[in-house]
Amino acid sequence: MKNSKYTDIKLPKDSLEQNTNTINLGPTHPATHGVFQNILKMDGERILEATSTVGYIHRAFEKIAERKALYQVTPLTDRLNYCSAPINNLGWHMTVEKLVGIEIPARVSYMRVIIMELARISDHLICNSITGVDSGAFTGFLYVMQYRELIYEIYEEICGARLTTNMGRIGGFERDFNDTVWKKLDKFLEEYPKVLDEFEELFNRNRIFIERTQGVGGISAERAMAYGFTGPNIRAAGVDYDVRVQKPYSRYEEFDFEIPIGTTGDVYDRFMVRNEEMKQSLSLIKQAIVKIKNLTGEEATKHHAVAPDFYLPEKQKVYTKMEEMIYHFKIIYGENDIPVGEVYHAVEGANGELGFYLISDGGRSAYRLHFRRPSFIYYQAYSELIKGSMLSDAIMTLSSLNLIAGELDA
Amino acid sequence: MIYNKRPVTHNTNIKLVESPGGYEGEGFGAMQLSKIVGLARKNSIWPLPFATSCCGIEFMATMGAHYDLARFGSERLAFTPRQCDVLMVMGTIAKKMAPVLKQVYIQMAEPRWVIAVGACASSGGIFDSYSVLQGIDEVIPVDVYVPGCAPRPEQILDGILRVQELVESESIRRRSSPEYQELLKSYGIQ
Amino acid sequence: MLDNKFVFQKLHEKFGESIIGYEENYDIMAIYGAKDENLKILQYLYDDEELGFTFMTDLTAIHYPHNIGEELVVTYLLYNMRKNFHVRLKFALDIRKPDIFTASALHPTANWLERECYDFFGVNFVGHPNLIRIMNVDEMDYFPLRKEFPLEDQTRRDKDDDMFGRNSERFNMGKLNI
Repeated sequence: MKNSKYTDIKLPKDSLEQNTNTINLGPTHPATHGVFQNILKMDGERILEATSTVGYIHRAFEKIAERKALYQVTPLTDRLNYCSAPINNLGWHMTVEKLVGIEIPARVSYMRVIIMELARISDHLICNSITGVDSGAFTGFLYVMQYRELIYEIYEEICGARLTTNMGRIGGFERDFNDTVWKKLDKFLEEYPKVLDEFEELFNRNRIFIERTQGVGGISAERAMAYGFTGPNIRAAGVDYDVRVQKPYSRYEEFDFEIPIGTTGDVYDRFMVRNEEMKQSLSLIKQAIVKIKNLTGEEATKHHAVAPDFYLPEKQKVYTKMEEMIYHFKIIYGENDIPVGEVYHAVEGANGELGFYLISDGGRSAYRLHFRRPSFIYYQAYSELIKGSMLSDAIMTLSSLNLIAGELDA
Repeated sequence: MIYNKRPVTHNTNIKLVESPGGYEGEGFGAMQLSKIVGLARKNSIWPLPFATSCCGIEFMATMGAHYDLARFGSERLAFTPRQCDVLMVMGTIAKKMAPVLKQVYIQMAEPRWVIAVGACASSGGIFDSYSVLQGIDEVIPVDVYVPGCAPRPEQILDGILRVQELVESESIRRRSSPEYQELLKSYGIQ
Repeated sequence: MLDNKFVFQKLHEKFGESIIGYEENYDIMAIYGAKDENLKILQYLYDDEELGFTFMTDLTAIHYPHNIGEELVVTYLLYNMRKNFHVRLKFALDIRKPDIFTASALHPTANWLERECYDFFGVNFVGHPNLIRIMNVDEMDYFPLRKEFPLEDQTRRDKDDDMFGRNSERFNMGKLNI
C-alpha cells in the first residue's frame, strides 16, 4: 500500500484478535451514496484507522469551465450537487450578476427563494431517508420518494427537466410561473407537512433508530469549525452559521425563519436538524408566496431583470424573429464581454456553504472558476469521525454527512 | 382455535405470461427449451445498480413506487456481482473508476448483460475532459444504451424492456460461441 | 469594528515589507503577501484578539502564465465567524520552484485543499503530512489545470476534433486563456 506509515497500526491491549484486519469499503458502495473509497484497518469489528481515496468521479469541472461561456457553465453546476440542482444554478447566476452588477427585482428574488427552498427539501428528503435505509428502515425511503416526485413535477413545469434542471437565466427566470405551478405548489404545501409528521413519527422516538444514531459520529463545535464544516453538519454541532443569515442573498433578510441547532453533532442531531430545516423551508415558501401576492403594479409582473447583454430573449421571439435569434446566439457563445474582476459568492446549499470563486479577465469565459464544495471538506474529517467506532456506525456516519459524490470530486 | 375472520380475497386482476406454444396436451407440454429458458430469465432479471452520479438519483426514482421497477421482475437489487444478471452502469465513469468497473464485470457470472444508462456512460456525455472515460464500451461490452442526461425513469424502464427482449431471444449456446469469445478477447477479458 | 482598512493596517504594522499590496473586490479585500511569511501571517490572523480569523473557507491556486516569476498564485479565503468578515490572502510563487509552507497544522481543513492544489497545479506545500495526488489517477505525470495543457484527452478516437471546433483558432475561448 502506498501510505506505508499506516502499516504499523498496533492492536489495542484488550483485543481478542491476532492481527489487524484490512477491509476495503470500496468505490462500489451499495448504491446511493456515491463513489468514494475507504481502506479500513480494523480490530475485529472496531475501526482503528481509515484512509480515504477520492477522485473516482473526477470530471474536471474547473478546467471545463475555463473553456465554456457563462451560460454553458450552468449545466455543469447542475451536476455538482445533483439532489438539489436548482440551488447550484441559481447560485451561479447570482455570482455572475454580482460580477456584472445586475439588480434583481423583488419578485424574482422571491421566486428564487421558493425554488431554492424546494430544492433544499428535496435534498434533505434523500439524506434523511437514506439514513433510515442504512439503519434498516426501507419504508421511510419509499414513502418519501413519492413526494419528491411532486417536487420534480414543479420543476418540470418551470424549466422542463426533473433532475438536471438548468433553471433560470442570468437576471431571472426564462418564463413566469404559470397557474399550474401555483396549483402544484399549493398541493405540495397542503400534502407534505402531514407526510413529514408521519416520517418523524416513524423515526424520532424509535428505539432502534435512537440506539443506532445517538452517540455515533459526533464532532465537537471547535473541531467542526477547524475542519471548515458548514451547513447542517456544523449546526448539529452547535454553531449557528447559516449563509442566508450572515451574508444574505436574494432578499433572505426580509424573511422570518429560525436556524435549528443541535448539541453533540452526532447522527441523530443531524437527522433532527435536517427535519427541522425542512419545516423552516415550508414556512419560507409560504412567506414567499404571500410576499409575491402582495406586490402591486409593475412589480407584480416581472420575472427577470433588464439586462439585454446577459438575459436571453424570449423563446417565441427567438424562433420567429431575426434579431432575437442573433442576440440569443451571441449571448450563449459569450460574444458579450464580461467585466474584468474577481468575485466570491456563497449560497447556503442543502449540505453546506457552496461558494463560487470567479476570476474573469474580460474574455468570453471565466479565467478561473473554483467551486468551494462542502462535501469535499466534510470528507476530510470522516477518518477522524469514525476512528474507534464499529463498521455499521461508520456507514451511518457516512450517510448522515450528506456527501454527494458529484460535488466531492468536481 | 380462531381462524382468520377476514374473508379471503383473491386478486383476479393478474396478468399471466403467455405460454410459448409448442405441442400441449393433458398434463404435458412439449416446447422449445430455449423459449422456456428465455421466458423464465426475462421475467426475473436481477440488476446490479452501479450508480455513480446523477443518473443514480433517477434510478432511485425508478425504483420507487411511482415508476416501479420491481413489477418487471427486478425485485431483488443486489450489490454483489456474483448474484446479478444485468449490470446497470448509471453515471459518469472516470478513468480512475474504469478498472473497478472492469473488475465488477469480470466477477459477474454468465449470462450477463450490460445497460449503459445516461449520456456519460454511453459516450462520456458533456464531460469531454482528460479524466472521464468517453463511454464504458471502451472497457466492457454493452448491450443496451439509454441516452439522456438524466434519462427519465420511463426511458430507463424502456432500456430494461429492451434487455428483456434480448434475454428472451438469446440462443442458449451464445455464451460459448466463438464470436462471443472473440468479443470478450477484444476487450481483454478472458 | 472590523473593516478592510483596519485589517490592512494591523497587518502592515506587524509585517511591514511582507505585505506587498491589496485590492478590493466586491467587498472582500485581497492582500498580497510574500510567500515566505504565509504561515506567520495566517498564525497572526488566527491568534490576534481583534482579528480572529479562525475559519478557513477556501484554498485554491491560479495560474498566470504571462507573469514571469510569479506564475502561480495561492489564495486563502479566511472568515471571522463572530464578526462575519472575510479576508483573502494571495501569495505568488515562481513556477520553477513553487514551494510554500503548509497551513494544515493550523487549519486542519487545509489538508485536502492543499492536496488538490498540488494535484492540479503542482504547488509544493512544504511540511504537508501526505502530499500526493487526490483527484487524478496516481500515474499522471503532469499538472492538468495549468494553462498549457488541453482540456480533452488527446488519445480519444471517437470524437473528431475538427467537427468540435477544437483545432480552429476562432473558437479559442477567452482572450488571455491559452
